[in-house]
Amino acid sequence: MRVKVAMGGVTARLARFYRRSEGARGLALLSPTMIIMVAALAAPLALLTLYSFWTQAGYGVDTTLTLAQYADSLGRPTYRALFYRSIEISAAVTLITVLLAYPMAYFVAFGVEKSKFIWLILLTIPFWTSYLLRIFAWKLILGYNGVINSGLMSLGLIHAPLEFLLYNPFAVVVALAHAWAPFAILPIYVSLEKIDRSLLEAASDLGDGPVRRFLRVTLPLSLPGVIGAAVLIFVPTTGDYVTPALVGGSGGVMIANVIEEQFDKVGNWPLGAALAIASMAAVGIATLLFTGAMRAAARRIH
Amino acid sequence: MRRSRIGLSLYAVAYLAFLYVPVLFLPLFSFNNSVFIAFPLNGFTTQWYGQMLADSAMLHALRNSLEVGAITAAVSTLLGLLAAKALTRYRVPGGGAVLAFTSLPLFIPDIVLGISLLILLNLAGVPLSLVTVIAGHCLICIPFAITVLMSRLDGFDKSLEEASLDLGENGWMTFWRVTFPLALPGIISSLLLTFIVSFDEFLIAYFLAGSEATLPIYIWGQLRFPYKLPAVLALGALILVASAILVVIAEWVRNHGIKDGKRAVVGA
Repeated sequence: MRVKVAMGGVTARLARFYRRSEGARGLALLSPTMIIMVAALAAPLALLTLYSFWTQAGYGVDTTLTLAQYADSLGRPTYRALFYRSIEISAAVTLITVLLAYPMAYFVAFGVEKSKFIWLILLTIPFWTSYLLRIFAWKLILGYNGVINSGLMSLGLIHAPLEFLLYNPFAVVVALAHAWAPFAILPIYVSLEKIDRSLLEAASDLGDGPVRRFLRVTLPLSLPGVIGAAVLIFVPTTGDYVTPALVGGSGGVMIANVIEEQFDKVGNWPLGAALAIASMAAVGIATLLFTGAMRAAARRIH
Repeated sequence: MRRSRIGLSLYAVAYLAFLYVPVLFLPLFSFNNSVFIAFPLNGFTTQWYGQMLADSAMLHALRNSLEVGAITAAVSTLLGLLAAKALTRYRVPGGGAVLAFTSLPLFIPDIVLGISLLILLNLAGVPLSLVTVIAGHCLICIPFAITVLMSRLDGFDKSLEEASLDLGENGWMTFWRVTFPLALPGIISSLLLTFIVSFDEFLIAYFLAGSEATLPIYIWGQLRFPYKLPAVLALGALILVASAILVVIAEWVRNHGIKDGKRAVVGA
């Protein structure tokens, strides 16, 4: 009986502490999500790293730590070429997507008065529809017997199908630039929308024409959105698997396709793990260099 | 000034066309009476829809995807709600770092998430199934849920909750009678968005599904067979329409819910 009372006192005190301490309540609320994220993100990434230092031995793995997979990943010219190509393709996609999206975001931020919400929904709907089918649509459009070729032929403009449309890096860039468009529009729109309109009036009052005003006020102030959009597109597209597999052909293979092979047909998981880690490192370095350069450029404009 | 605005409007229309036209080829050719996907169009038919709906493998994959999507949406929205409440209502030590950590899946290619989960499950001896797909999908859906719900919880007045506590409601009743109704539009749009993300996800499911198939895995398998393409297009057209409707509802609820949320509290 006394023990029970004492226990009751302790739990009551704990409960009071819990109710009073904001940090404790916050952490308690966060803990289920954090446990899942650690189990499904941090632990697997740690294991992936560990795996990249092992060696495939038949159906099992040799767990002696070695750098052999990295020597293979970075040393073999075919893999090196794939790293470069993945980064080049994603850089091209990023550049094109951001350039195309900027005027669109500018239009919604400054050109639309009442129906901004409808424009934003219109611009994001295609993004929420099947990624697989959006990429596949480009195969239908660019293919040998595809929409463009059959359309041009039935109009009598060409006599034989154009073969350079599909199965090359160009097709990959087009399909990705289309699929990732909303990721560029939304961050740029948000940063344009945040710009204090009185700054623009001030620039006009001080004699800046529209072009000068754009270059000296609007563009520098929207750079955070541009940088955000670029990172949000560049990083995931370097690891895209579906697009090169569907429209890239042999000339448009990217690093993710080779990683997938190691985990599927080839069955060399440690090499696949090393390729994955190496590509993430390469992408990370490229991203840091890019954001650093953009920030420096932004500072110089100010 | 006037002329530049007209130029911009024209650009906006052209851009919308660039976004929509490639996608609209799917429904267009799904009604075309030819197994070849090419111009000229050959006449109207609904036979591909009939063929698609009679495919039992497709129906099985569809049921799998609906199940995975529904459970993923419920779990990731619940976890997102807890995290969003913690991050917006309490001064949690290291809250910024927690937020950065939970949004990491957005910045890691799906292929890396897929293979690293595969390695973990393999070493732990967990057999691949729809359950492992759900785990993978929760990972990528939680960042979406947290973002949607945090902006929702940030958007309404904290003093409403404090008032409820001051008036003698306990924490749980305050949550049910104040926080939950106010957050409801965010919860609904989070459920819909995470469902769509899961329903559409291919690569992670491809690694983690084992012998089961979700709808994107089924579609991926069909793309190799040219004679099956029209039926895939019919399926794709239906998916396009369904997810467009869900997105419009989700966005509409998120943007227009604020007044209704207040009314719900006042009425309660």
